[in-house]
Amino acid sequence: MDDQTVFKMDEPVGETRLDTAAQGLIGKPLDRFEGPLKVSGRAPYAYENLAGDPNVAFGYLVLSGTGAGTIRSVDTSAAEKAPGVLAVIHDDNGPRASADPNDQRPAAIKGEVVHFGQPICVVVAETYEQARDAARLVKVDVETREGQYDLLANRDRAHKAQNGAMQAEVTKGDFDTAFANAEVTLDVTYTTPSQSHSAMEPHAATAKWDGDELTIFGCYQLVSTNVGQLAKTLGISKSKIRMLNPYIGGGFGGKLGIGPESVFAAIAARQLGRPVKIALTRQQVYQATSRRSDTIQRVRIGTTRDGRISALAHDTITSNSPGDEFFEPTGISTVFLYAGENRQITHKLAELNLLLSSSMRAPGEAVGMLALENAMDEMAEKLGLDPIEFRRRNEPEVDPQDGKPFSSRALVPCMEEGAKRFNWADRPKAPASRREGEWLIGMGMAAASRKNLLQQSSAAISLSSDGRCVVSTDMTDIGTGTYTILQQIAAEILGLPRENVIVKLGDSDLPQAPGSGGSWGANSAGSSVFVAAEGVVAKIAEKLGVKPGDVTMKDGTAIAHNKRTPLAEILKGETITVTGTFKPGRTFKDTHQASYGAHFCEVAVNAVTGETRVRRLLTVAAAGRILNEKTATSQCYGGQIFGIGSALTEELVVDTRTGLLVNHDLAEYHVPVNADVPQLEVVLLPERDPIASPLAGKGIGELAICGVGAAVTNAIYNACGVRVRDYPMTLDKILPGLPD
Amino acid sequence: MKSFAYERASDPKAAAAIASRAHARFIAGGTNLLDLMKIQVETPETLVDITRLPLKEIVEAGGGLKIGALVTNSDLAADERVRRDYEVLSRALLAGASGQLRNKATTGGNFLQRTRCNYFYETNARCNKREPGSGCDAMNGFNRILAILGTSDKCIASHPSDMAVAMRALDAEVETLKSDGSTRRLTLPELYRLPGDTPERDTNLEAGELITAVRLPKPLGGTQIYRKVRDRASYAFALVSVAAVIGVENGRMETVRLAFGGIGTMPWRDARVEEALTGEAPSAALFAKAADILLAEAKGHGENDFKIPLMRRVLPAVLREATGVSA
Repeated sequence: MDDQTVFKMDEPVGETRLDTAAQGLIGKPLDRFEGPLKVSGRAPYAYENLAGDPNVAFGYLVLSGTGAGTIRSVDTSAAEKAPGVLAVIHDDNGPRASADPNDQRPAAIKGEVVHFGQPICVVVAETYEQARDAARLVKVDVETREGQYDLLANRDRAHKAQNGAMQAEVTKGDFDTAFANAEVTLDVTYTTPSQSHSAMEPHAATAKWDGDELTIFGCYQLVSTNVGQLAKTLGISKSKIRMLNPYIGGGFGGKLGIGPESVFAAIAARQLGRPVKIALTRQQVYQATSRRSDTIQRVRIGTTRDGRISALAHDTITSNSPGDEFFEPTGISTVFLYAGENRQITHKLAELNLLLSSSMRAPGEAVGMLALENAMDEMAEKLGLDPIEFRRRNEPEVDPQDGKPFSSRALVPCMEEGAKRFNWADRPKAPASRREGEWLIGMGMAAASRKNLLQQSSAAISLSSDGRCVVSTDMTDIGTGTYTILQQIAAEILGLPRENVIVKLGDSDLPQAPGSGGSWGANSAGSSVFVAAEGVVAKIAEKLGVKPGDVTMKDGTAIAHNKRTPLAEILKGETITVTGTFKPGRTFKDTHQASYGAHFCEVAVNAVTGETRVRRLLTVAAAGRILNEKTATSQCYGGQIFGIGSALTEELVVDTRTGLLVNHDLAEYHVPVNADVPQLEVVLLPERDPIASPLAGKGIGELAICGVGAAVTNAIYNACGVRVRDYPMTLDKILPGLPD
Repeated sequence: MKSFAYERASDPKAAAAIASRAHARFIAGGTNLLDLMKIQVETPETLVDITRLPLKEIVEAGGGLKIGALVTNSDLAADERVRRDYEVLSRALLAGASGQLRNKATTGGNFLQRTRCNYFYETNARCNKREPGSGCDAMNGFNRILAILGTSDKCIASHPSDMAVAMRALDAEVETLKSDGSTRRLTLPELYRLPGDTPERDTNLEAGELITAVRLPKPLGGTQIYRKVRDRASYAFALVSVAAVIGVENGRMETVRLAFGGIGTMPWRDARVEEALTGEAPSAALFAKAADILLAEAKGHGENDFKIPLMRRVLPAVLREATGVSA
């Protein structure tokens, strides 16, 4: 029996099996069930497939050593003669960087060099080291031209961005007049540098052709989109591609679109008639995939004397490579986070000869809220208000832009709970007023918000007579815990022990899900599992001759009208298969949906050196129903650590003379290490949002990164009185403001 | 990576003999060399594996210690005698790299690690150290971690070792074995070279010359401090560092040893700084004067200008900590 069931969310959900929780699994802090496979090396990543197959050849990308120009010629003759080399493939159709997370193919080389480190061609050899060695023999002759590498120098050349992840311009009322008439005003500009995702697993792909059918083992976050991108690039039908991404070693947005590794692997494998593997080196990941854009952000706030915002502007300039139109949507949260009648949120894009800028964890908020939440702190000080009180006074009743009701919004409860737990009342009242030996101590806070995104998603569930069930979808798990939460949802609804539920992910043959990105994965894919599982329950109810609502599923049995019947007795050897599809509906359009939180940070700034140490960091978050307390908390830890990096250490440095991304390895691109991270605290406030999804949950994956870096830098200001507006706050920027 | 021949030496003499061939390199921990080989900054034709040589002991000798060249950074830092008598060395080692790297990295290799200048690692950039005569992109580029003392117009690369800074403060000497079987001892200023016109040569070692041991003179006592300032709390090279051994008797600084990392093209030491302090009563004014002497010839190159005011604060702070005198 195979069945399809579709659920469109036009009304809020009532009480569900997740509320009654007969099996008691939902929300529990269960360990990720694939964890032991990963730590013991039994979960093969993209590059590890076809291990030991002597037929496999290895590719190595040749990258551009200049920043801008036209490719005159590519001399492959010396490389072709090198030991073990099978081919040097220079295909103008090859991508110049990764693809954006949409259905477009990645931008092709087309004879041009648009950024330093751009892929030019691929060398394929019998071994990896042979390919890497021969790659140095390829002579790329480029007619160079003067490139533009510096955002600050190009700020006046920026043009209005095309609408993308959000409208490029969102305005309301008359900002200029309101700002001019405001009793208290703040006008400050912040800059943030380019950043790199720096996932543990470097981008890799293994490609294998059987006739005209391609199997690609990849590392991509959005399987169905990625198959489409690859099909367009290779000029073949989507139906000829099978993509397998069951295990992904971190993505953070850097693997939303296909990268040069999979395209060149597929092209090379087709030409050679052999499977081909390509893994980027760490240096290549930094130079040839994508980055988060650098930004210049001007924030203006006008208020009444008592701190009511009357005018709010957030004007941003971001960068991208020529022809790439994605802009970092820094103002996403500025649209709805605070009240104010007159608003102006704009984004401009400067064309630079730098690597593609694309989505990186919480695109928009992650760096936008560094500026907004820092500015809120500056304004609170100007007004003589506690930063929490200033935010409370500007808490909007409804979405301040278009008046829609919030589906749920717990910003104020998060701030209050955090203040209590963190002992915020003990915050030094004046900057640079608390000292412990060489260390100046300060506390800062910031709000967190992340717009909730929800996507159509499908999943299939097969329940067999022995009480075992298989959940299948092309959803991915990038290390977030997707496998486990989908298992929990299915096991909860079907009343099964968790080990009876097998989850299959990351295979393009399976029903389509939206993949991992934008914090939408858990609720989109989870809702489709919910719908499919309810479809299975309906079939069981039908067999029992009762209404689905009268059945309780528990411990491999169905209980109805005081009678408990084992599944084996109901199914009698039959397997029920239902494909469930979830579609966002009217509730998504009629309300404004976002997750909220508050961050509290204590830092110590060394009065001699300007070094900052984060001593305490608390995030209180409210994101609707939490599906797994442990994986949700871990996501928040990750966001907090990203925030520490954004605030203090992470900067992809551009040599503005040549466009070289100078610090292209993990020794010099400084993500926080353990010693930079104190004991982190995360509190998940109980919340249920029946408008947001059938699961009553909202996105949490990216929530904690939003604003957290500003909590760190606000604490730095409180500690030492230095307000640096140029992120990251490295010690050289703090030094001049320290006491002698 | 370029293909290379791999030979395992049976004893130190054999190792030195094999390594005297053209384009040979010793390999021990490989924590720097292998990275450089992958990007073909180093392209040895022969690797001489010395990891099985009997150079792994720390023994008492000449009133001090003789440390085998293959003692790992972890073992050296943890050695009871080092922790007791040469605390500054133990602290410097633990301030370097990461636990995993220190488990592999050796004493001899640590001395010979190459600079971390970003342009030295980027083969599309110009670098006189990597490719003599090609130019220096670091000079007006991203030189945040590079040197302000001992530079030349050819090269401003800083020496990255923490261990060697402490060794310099302690007057350590390296023992070497040449390919002809002879041995010699070198102080660190004899081992290292300033870049001058030949930045491609980091040291005065001859082809095939193997560091076999390090000699530490008898313990100095005093208060020993290694202070490292960096861009994150661990696993980052020094922006500036100070290795200090300060002995105060009757209110005067009778023992003064100061060496500096992050600021020099070699592990840095300046006799004039020590002379200014030795025999004097500690005071804030004197500490400031010491910093002025140290930095008198310092030259920033833009991105690393901050090292001058930073060191001007850090050296006095170290001296305050060592002497307990803050006024």
